[in-house]
Order: sequence, then structure tokens, then C-alpha cells
Amino acid sequence: MSLTESARFAVRGVSANKLRSSLTTLGILIGVAAVIILVAVGTGSSAAIQTSISKLGSNTLTVNASQGGTGGRGGGGVGGFGGFGGAGGGARPGGTGFGGASSTTVSSGTQIRSATLTLDDAQALTDKAQAPDVQSVAPVVSVSSVVATYAGAKHTVSTFTGTSPSYLVNDDDSVQAGVPFSNADYSAHRRVALLGVTVAKDLVGGTGLSAVGKTVQFNGIGFQVVGILAAKGSTGPQDQDDRVIAPLSSVRDTLAGYGSLGSISVKAKSAATVAAATNEVEAILNGRHHVTTATADYTVFSASSILSAATSSTQTFTVLLASVAAISLLVGGIGVMNIMLVTVTERTREIGIRKAIGAGKGDIVGQFLIEAVLLSLFGGVVGVLVGLVGSRFTIVGVQPVVAPYSVGLAFGVAVAVGLFFGLYPASRAASLRPIDALRYE
Amino acid sequence: MTLTGVPISRPVIALARVTKTYGSGDTEVHAVAGVDLVVERGEYVAIMGASGSGKSTLMNIIGCLDAPTRGRYRLDGVDVRRIAEHQQSKVRNRKIGFIFQSFNLIPRTTALANVELPLAYAGVKPAERRRRALAALDRVGLGDRVGHLPSELSGGQQQRVALARAIVTDPVLLLADEPTGALDSRSTEGVLELFAELNAAGRTVVVITHEDDVAAHASRVVRMRDGLVVSDTRRAAAP
Repeated sequence: MSLTESARFAVRGVSANKLRSSLTTLGILIGVAAVIILVAVGTGSSAAIQTSISKLGSNTLTVNASQGGTGGRGGGGVGGFGGFGGAGGGARPGGTGFGGASSTTVSSGTQIRSATLTLDDAQALTDKAQAPDVQSVAPVVSVSSVVATYAGAKHTVSTFTGTSPSYLVNDDDSVQAGVPFSNADYSAHRRVALLGVTVAKDLVGGTGLSAVGKTVQFNGIGFQVVGILAAKGSTGPQDQDDRVIAPLSSVRDTLAGYGSLGSISVKAKSAATVAAATNEVEAILNGRHHVTTATADYTVFSASSILSAATSSTQTFTVLLASVAAISLLVGGIGVMNIMLVTVTERTREIGIRKAIGAGKGDIVGQFLIEAVLLSLFGGVVGVLVGLVGSRFTIVGVQPVVAPYSVGLAFGVAVAVGLFFGLYPASRAASLRPIDALRYE
Repeated sequence: MTLTGVPISRPVIALARVTKTYGSGDTEVHAVAGVDLVVERGEYVAIMGASGSGKSTLMNIIGCLDAPTRGRYRLDGVDVRRIAEHQQSKVRNRKIGFIFQSFNLIPRTTALANVELPLAYAGVKPAERRRRALAALDRVGLGDRVGHLPSELSGGQQQRVALARAIVTDPVLLLADEPTGALDSRSTEGVLELFAELNAAGRTVVVITHEDDVAAHASRVVRMRDGLVVSDTRRAAAP
């Protein structure tokens, strides 16, 4: 008997009990749709993170002062070498921690900055001889909870940054209206500021561009707005345009005080020299701070290191989502097997008749296997459609991106599941002895 | 052999000391305890006996639905024990047309499709299959019911569809197990008439029954008791 003949019997078998068939199909459908949608959510969120990280500029390094927690890591790392190394490793970060508590740490809100990065550190990094791969360096101080007021309008700035003009280059920032502040502004401690679009809109309304030239009060201290920063968009809940950039010199005079730097922004000459620039920065800072890389009281981040960390974490996330979905696909497969076993039992007599009038083992196996595959195939097709439609909606703030491989994989696995879980019921049907099957009531 | 009026040929059924035993040791049951039976081409045989006489077991053996424990069974000259199990379905398909007490049509499947089924399993092309199935349904007088489902047909009509399905492959043997057991007397008459007609056209018919009325149509009656043949009588012609 031909395959089309078996398929015809199978279609008849599946359509004989439509409600049951569609419920069985539903299990596979949900599994396939879940795989596609969840993988799409994972891919979408990883794509979103990658775009926002690439906005940081791929050549940029950020030097942060480590806080107490890193001291433990440094100590642990050296602890393996024995008592002396362990003691040495532990002593330094401990000292840093106490230093922070005693006098030099500037605390504002929940942010704690250790006093380990200074303007001199930033200055040292610009040494062309020791750091040939560094293009530009910008010291950064951040002030939080700054309230901007202008003509009765009020806005709490989420990021208020004091820095040098080279920061704009490092951060890939540009000015969409007005002009950026200059080195002259920096040296002269002029109270000028660049507003992010969100801040400008909140203060003056409209597109916010009319804020240029106005004087805005930040915690009561007037800064003249010289330019509006180009929009950067938002990363998830964080609005990257809710910020103000002003010269470090005037910010220290007014809002931040003369404590340590929050971080130092360093731009490497090219993407290829990021690693070399990192080593140079570390060498200079280790020399100045009298530490080794293992006991360092600062950390150097590059966009690419953040990117790779974020990518690996979203990959884990995607795999996790996909495996949850795969389990539901497996459960759907067990549903197919269950219903096929019921079908075989119910149709024992029919199987007996078919065998009595000449159906071979292969004919029976074919018929029931095709039935099982039809169920999962149908579930797979509808599941793919549901998955594709479902991926068009934004899910928990993430725009899913359908990964083509997930569609193929989910569909293929669905059909394979049908084959696998259909095999046992089908072979059970085929091995029934016609005499027993005919007697079955 | 010439006494039966048919030309000399190999017998359709040749059972030699066939036994069928269930269980073993103390619980051993001889359902068939050694039967010798030869049925020639064109005969109309009724196998009779009370329930438990072994006639159903014998019918299963004759129909290749069950293998004998001992003894030899040749169907149309072929030793059934020599046939591998997966080949037995082919033998049933080509050589035997089954008719059951409970009709055993495939539910939710039209009369035509039911009759086509053995041809489908034999690998006959769809057009040829359809032609032969329609001819068989015509032969049993159901040419106008081909598109009906079994549930839309009366018992007598269902049994006729089963008969059409049995003869569509042109088998050497029609094997009927209590074919009229589930029918009223009028339908019984119609079905038995069909058997007689088919037999008159040269088909070998073996009917398992416990009803004398049914056996009365046969040209030869084999009676069984306790797994053995107790009498084997031939009549000159069917009434």
C-alpha cells in the first residue's frame, strides 16, 4: 500500500475525533509558539543591550575606583600564595575602605566614591610616552539628586556630569543646538552647561531647543545653557537623555566639592588598540597607586568587555527561556503519545479487521505513525504562526526579534516529537494479533 | 474426488491431524484435538457444533488468524506453517474472504471504501480498485448504496457490504463465521441466498454456524464435538 493511502487513512483517523485531535495539537502548538516567542524575546533583549552598549563607543574605557567589595576579591586572589601574600592583599583594600569612611570619600545619596582617583591620575594618563595608545582622557564627577529650575519649571536631573570637553568625544556625544563648552570655558571655571533633551523639554517645553542661552538654576546655582545634546534614546527604563554635562572645574567649585573623581573616561586610538590602551592605563595607575593588577583599587571597563559580559548573560537567559519552552514541547509530545495510545486501544477492533483483510505490519505502523505526525505537524504549523504573530508584540518592554533558527528548530523538533512519541503506539497497534484484536470488545 | 463433480485439482483446505492446545500441564486444553479435513474447490461446507466444540478455533486456523500447535494445514496447496508471520496478512488478503458475525466494517468509512480496502492493501491502482469494488457491491445488490456509511445501513445491508468486501479480491475461499447470527430472518434469507449464488458460480464457501437452517443450505455438513470431527455428511445438492 502506498504512503498516500496510509496518509488518507490517517487523516480520516485524526478528523474522526476533532475535539480530541485539536486539544492534543494544542500541546504541541503551545510548545512551538513558546520556543519561538521566548527565543525571540531573548534575541530581542540581547539586541537592545548591544545597541545601547555600542552607543557608549567601542573605543572607550572607563576607569572606576573600586569599593570595599573589590578588596575582598583582591585578597582572595592572593590568599592562595600563602600567609604573607594574603596579608598583603588584604591590607591594602582594607585601608582603602577605612580611608573612604574617614574623610576623603564624598557621599551623595546612595552613591559612594572612593578617594582613589584624582585629577592627577587623569592627567598622568595623557602622557603620550607612557600611554601611546590613549587618544583622549576626561575626568568625570557625577552628582546625583540635582534639581534644575527655570522660570518656575522644575526637573530632577538623573545624571549630572562634570567633565572636560574631551568627554564629548569619548562618549560619542554631539550637540544638536548651540555649541559644546570649550577648553577655555573649562580653564576659566565658567558656569556653562549642556542639557540632555529630556531636561531641556521639561524646563522650557516644546522641543527644548529654546533653552540655549538661558540660565538654569542647579540646586540654586546658575549655569548658562550653551547647547542641547543630541538625543541618545533610552535603555529599558533608563532615559539616557535625562542628563546635564558641565565643565568639571565649575562643578567642583559649586556642586561636587574638591574630592575624588567618580571615574576617568579614556578613549583609545582605535578599536584595535583598546587592549593595549587598557594595559597602559593599568601600568600608569598601578605605578601611581603602588598596587599590582591583582590588588588594584580601581577597575577598567571597556564597552567591549561590558558587551561580552552582557552578551553572555543574555545568551544564558535565552537558553534558559528556550529550555523552558522545550520542556513544554516535550510535554506536548507526551500528550500526543497518550492520545495515540488511547486511539490504538479504542480502535483495536478496526486494527483487527484491517489485519484480517490483509493489512501488513508496515501498513498499520504507517497509518498510526502518520496520524501522530499529522497531529504534531498541524500543531507545529499553527504554533509557528502563533509564534510569529506573538513576536510582533512588545513583551515586558522588549521588542522580540524572531530568530529564524528557532522557527526551524521548533518546527523540526515538533515533527520529531510526533515521530518519536508516535512510534510506540504505532508499533503496539501493529503487533496486535488479529485474532485478539477481532475478539476485543 | 470425481464423485463431487468437480475437476481434479488441489484442495482448497487440507488439514492433517491438526491440533490446537492452550495452556500446558494440568491446565492444558485441547481446543482442537486432531482434525483431518479436506475441502475441495467449489464445495459449500457448514461446520457445526455447540459452543466450546472447537469450531471457532478451527475457523481461526483455517483463516490463518491462528497457527495450529501441531499438524499440517495446506491452504490452496501452500503449507501455512512455512509462511512467515508478516507474509500471513498477504495470504489472508489474496486467498481468503472473511465474513464475520458482527460484520466488522470499518466505522465512519463508506461502503465503497470498505470494499476497496482489501484491494488497497493488495496494491491495486485506485481506478481499478474502484471499478472492482463497484462491481462487487453490484453483485450483492447494493449498487445504489455505495456512498453510505455503515451506520446508515441495516444489518442485512452491512453484511452484504462485508460479503462484497470478501469477494472483491476474488479469493479461493469464502470463510464465514456465524454470518447470520446478528440478522433477522428476512436478512438471513437474503444473505444465505447470496452464499448459494456465489457457490453456484463456483466459489468455495465454508460457513461456521450452530443453526440448522444455515447448515441446510450447505452441500456438506461437518459436525464437531470436543475438538474432534464427529460426523461429515454430504448432500447431493443444496435445497
